[in-house]
Amino acid sequence: MTSFVRPAHDDADLPNPSRRELLKRGGLVVAFMWLGGATRVLGLDNSTRIGENHPLFAPNAFVRVGNDGSVQLVMPNVEMGQGVYTAQAMLLAEELDVGLDQITVEHAPPNRKLYLNPLLGDQATGGSTTVRYCWTALRDAGAAARYMLVNAAAQRWKVDPSQCTVARGVVTHAPTGRTLPYGELADAAAKVTPPEKAPLKDPKDFQLIGKPMRRVDSSGKVDGSLIFGLDVRVPGMKIATVRACPTFGGRLASVDDSHARSIPGVLRVLKIDNAVAVVGEHYWAAKQGLDALVIQWDRGANAHLSTEQFFADMAHASEHGKPIVAKEVGHPDGAKGKTISSTYELPLLAHATMEPINALVHVRPDACDVWVGSQVVARCADIAAKVTGLPPESITIHNQYLGGGFGRRLFEESVGQAVAFGKQVDYPIKVVWTREEDIAQDCYRPAYYDRISATLDDNGKPVAWTHRTTGASVLASFAPPAMGKNGLDPDLVECAADLPYAIPNLRSEWVRHDFPEGMRVGWWRGVGPTHNVMVVESFVDELAHAAGKDPVAYRREILGEDPRVRGVLDLATEKAGWGKETLPPRHGRGIALAAPFGSYLCVIVDVEVSPQGVVSLKRAVAAVDCGIVVNPNTVEAQIQGGLVFGWSAALYSGITLKQGAVEQRNFNDYRVMRLNETPPIEVHIVPSKEKPGGIGEPGTVMAMAALTNAIFAATGVRLRKLPIDTSLLVKDKGALNEVLSATAPVDGAPANARNLS
Amino acid sequence: MIVLTINGQDRQIDAPDEMPLLWVLRDIVGLTGTKFGCGIAQCGACTVHLDGQPVRSCVLPVASAVGKKITTIEGIGATDIGKRVQQAWLGIEVVQCGYCQSGQIMSATALLAEKPSPTDADIDTAMSGNLCRCGTYVRIRAAIKQAATGQATLPQTIA
Repeated sequence: MTSFVRPAHDDADLPNPSRRELLKRGGLVVAFMWLGGATRVLGLDNSTRIGENHPLFAPNAFVRVGNDGSVQLVMPNVEMGQGVYTAQAMLLAEELDVGLDQITVEHAPPNRKLYLNPLLGDQATGGSTTVRYCWTALRDAGAAARYMLVNAAAQRWKVDPSQCTVARGVVTHAPTGRTLPYGELADAAAKVTPPEKAPLKDPKDFQLIGKPMRRVDSSGKVDGSLIFGLDVRVPGMKIATVRACPTFGGRLASVDDSHARSIPGVLRVLKIDNAVAVVGEHYWAAKQGLDALVIQWDRGANAHLSTEQFFADMAHASEHGKPIVAKEVGHPDGAKGKTISSTYELPLLAHATMEPINALVHVRPDACDVWVGSQVVARCADIAAKVTGLPPESITIHNQYLGGGFGRRLFEESVGQAVAFGKQVDYPIKVVWTREEDIAQDCYRPAYYDRISATLDDNGKPVAWTHRTTGASVLASFAPPAMGKNGLDPDLVECAADLPYAIPNLRSEWVRHDFPEGMRVGWWRGVGPTHNVMVVESFVDELAHAAGKDPVAYRREILGEDPRVRGVLDLATEKAGWGKETLPPRHGRGIALAAPFGSYLCVIVDVEVSPQGVVSLKRAVAAVDCGIVVNPNTVEAQIQGGLVFGWSAALYSGITLKQGAVEQRNFNDYRVMRLNETPPIEVHIVPSKEKPGGIGEPGTVMAMAALTNAIFAATGVRLRKLPIDTSLLVKDKGALNEVLSATAPVDGAPANARNLS
Repeated sequence: MIVLTINGQDRQIDAPDEMPLLWVLRDIVGLTGTKFGCGIAQCGACTVHLDGQPVRSCVLPVASAVGKKITTIEGIGATDIGKRVQQAWLGIEVVQCGYCQSGQIMSATALLAEKPSPTDADIDTAMSGNLCRCGTYVRIRAAIKQAATGQATLPQTIA
C-alpha cells in the first residue's frame, strides 16, 4: 500500500463550516483520506490551508488533539446500533495510544466529495462496509498523530523519540521518567513534519483491538439522555403527522378537514400531491386531527394490485423473461443423473425500525435546516435543495442517532416529504409518521421468485446446478452506475453465483422484474445474500435429503477449496454437537453455511415444532470467521441481533397487498420476535489474521435457512415460501382439536405484561 | 390544569384528559427518553412506572396518572434497582441502536422490584411486551440476571 504524506504547509481551503471550526480551535489536526485502501495523512496547524497546491489531496476525515488533551474524530459514518463509533474510535485509539474514553466522535456533515464511502460510491453507511474500508486509514491516522506528538515531546526534552513511550495520551521519557500530556504538546506537534508512513503496531501488541470494549454511545442509551432524530426539539417547533395515499403512485383527490380543524391544538392541515399532514401543538392533537380527516384518494394505476397478482407476474417473468447470466461454468444443461427442482418464494418485507420515520424541518425563504437520523446525509441535503429550490449551501442537515436503520434510512424520500410540508409554514415542524404509515409507506425489500435445479450423480453429488432468480433491482434506482454492463445487478446473485461448494457445471442468472411504477424498493438487512442464502442453503439441504445423506456430511463432500468455509463448518458442528445425540420427536437441527460480506459463517439452529405447528427455537450456535476482530463484543452482538432479525422475518413478517394497499398496520400484524421466543445464541469466533469482513448483516443472512432446515428435520416439511405457514406444520387434525377444546391460549400469541393499561 | 408528579417533581400541565401520558411527557414536559414506537401498546418502547407498576404510556390517558407517582427513564437511576439495572446494561453491553432500551429498562426494573430473583419464565412474562428490532434479547435476559444476582453472567466489557 502506498502512503502519501504532505508537509504541514499545504493550503487549506475548507468550504465546510464544521471543518473550518475544527481547524480554528487549534491543537493538532490530522487530516486523512481513504481511497480504496490508500491512506494519505496530513498534519495541520491553525494557520495552514489545504487544497490549492495539491488538488489530488482532499482529506475526508479528521482527528483533532486539543490543547486540553481531548481527541475528536469526525467521521463520515452514522451510528445506528451497529457499533461503528466504537470500532472506529478503537482503531484510532489503538495507534494513538489513548483510552477509548478520551475520544469523542462526531458525525460528518453532508459532503459527498469529502466523505465518499468507496465501497458504496456515496456518503452512505450500509452494506457492512464500515470497518472494512477504514481498517487501515484510521490506524494510519492514529499512528501519524502519535508520531507527531511524540516528536514534539522529544524535541522539547531534546531526546531521541525512540526513548519515549505513550499511555493514555501521556508521553513518558523512559530514562528520566519525565512526562508530558498530549494536550500540552498538541500545538507544537502541529508544526512537526508528518511522517512518510508511521509504523503500525504488530497485532500481538494490540491493547484494544480484539478486546471486548464498551460502546462509546451506551451511557446515554440507558438513562434516556441520548437524542434520536425523533427527540430533537427546537424553539417554536410544532408537530405534524402524515397520511399518504395508501396505493403506490396514487394521488390526493380531496380532503374534508372541517372536523379536524375544530380539534383543540390542531393548527393547520397541509397538502401535497400524494399526502396530507395535520400540524398540531403536539403529536396527540395532530394525530386526532389526522384521524378526523375525510380523504378521497385517486388510487391510480396500482389500485387493484394484489400479492397473488404480484407473484403470478413474477412467475410469468421467470418463465418468459430474458435472464441475465451472472455466471456460467461448464455445461449445466443436459447433465445425466437424478434431477431435483424447486421453486422458492420470498415476500416483500418492511423494515419496522423501532424509531418510526421522522424529520424535523425548518424552511425559511433563504435557508433550510433538517434534523434527521439518516444513513445518507448527502442525499437528504440534495432532496431538501430540490424541494425548496434553495442552493445546496443553504441547506443544513443535522444528523442524529438512528433508532435502527437496517437499510430503511438509506432512503431520503421522507425527508423530501417533510420539507414539502415544511415549506408551507413559517415555523419548524417535526413530521412524525405513525407506525401504520411507517409500515404502509416503506421502501420494501423486494419479493423474489427463484427456480433452482440440480442434477445428482450416482453418489448424490451435484454435477450440474442452475439457479434463476426473479425480482426487482434496488441498485438500478439507488446507484445506477453500479449496475453491470450487461444490466446485471450484482446484488441479485451475491452468494448465488459464487457458492462455497465445488459444482463443475453451474449457471446463476437473474430475470429483472421491477416493482410497479410508484412502489419503492429498498435495501434490507443482508440484502441479496439474505435472499440467496435462504434459497441456496435450503436447496442444498434438499439435495442432501435426496442423496440420503446427513446435511453436514453432505456439505463436507461437496465443499470447495476455501479452508475458511471448512473452518466455520468444523467449529459450529463441534460446538453444536452435531450428530452426537438423537433428538426427541418433532425436534430438529438445521444448518446454514455461507460466505457473505467478506466473512464466513456457519449457523446451527435447534427447534421444536408443536403438534399444532408452533415453532420454538431452542438453541442456536454460530461460528464466525470475520478476519481480524476489532471488537468481539460487537461481533457477538451483531450476529445475535442479525439472527433474531432474520428469524423474525422468516417466522412472522411479510408485507401483502390488497386492492393496491399494504394490508399490515402495526406490530400486531407485522409481527417480530419477542424475548420469550428468542433462544440462547452462542457465537464462536474463529481466530484470524485475515483482513476484517463485514459483520452487521451476516447474521440475518444465515438465519432463515438454518431455521427452515431445522423445521424440515423436525417435521419432514420443506418450507419453500416465507413467512412460515404454520398450518403446513400441523401434525394431524387431532392436534388442532386438542387446542380448540382447551381453554389456554396458543403459545406464540403476544404475551401481555402485567398491569398494563 | 392538572398536576403530575414526575420523577419526584410536581408539574402543572395543560393537556386534555384523554391525551396519552407519552405525548404529555415528550411534547409538553420535554422528557424525550420515553419513546414512541407503535401507539397501540404492542412494543413497550413507551413504558413508564405509575406507582412502581409498568404501564404503556402511549395508551394511558394522562388523567389516570394524576395523583400517582410517575417514574420515567430519566428518573429510574435514582432508585437502587433502577441503578443496578442500568449498570448491568452497561456491564454486558446490551444496547445497540438503543431506541427501545428505555422501555426495556423500565420493564426490567419493575420486574426486579416485584421479584428480586426472577426465573427465566418470570423474565419471559415481564419482558415479552418489549420489542427490540436490533435483537438484543439474549443480553437483556443476561443483564436482568446480573442485576438480580450481582454476578457477571457474560464477559464484561471494559473501558
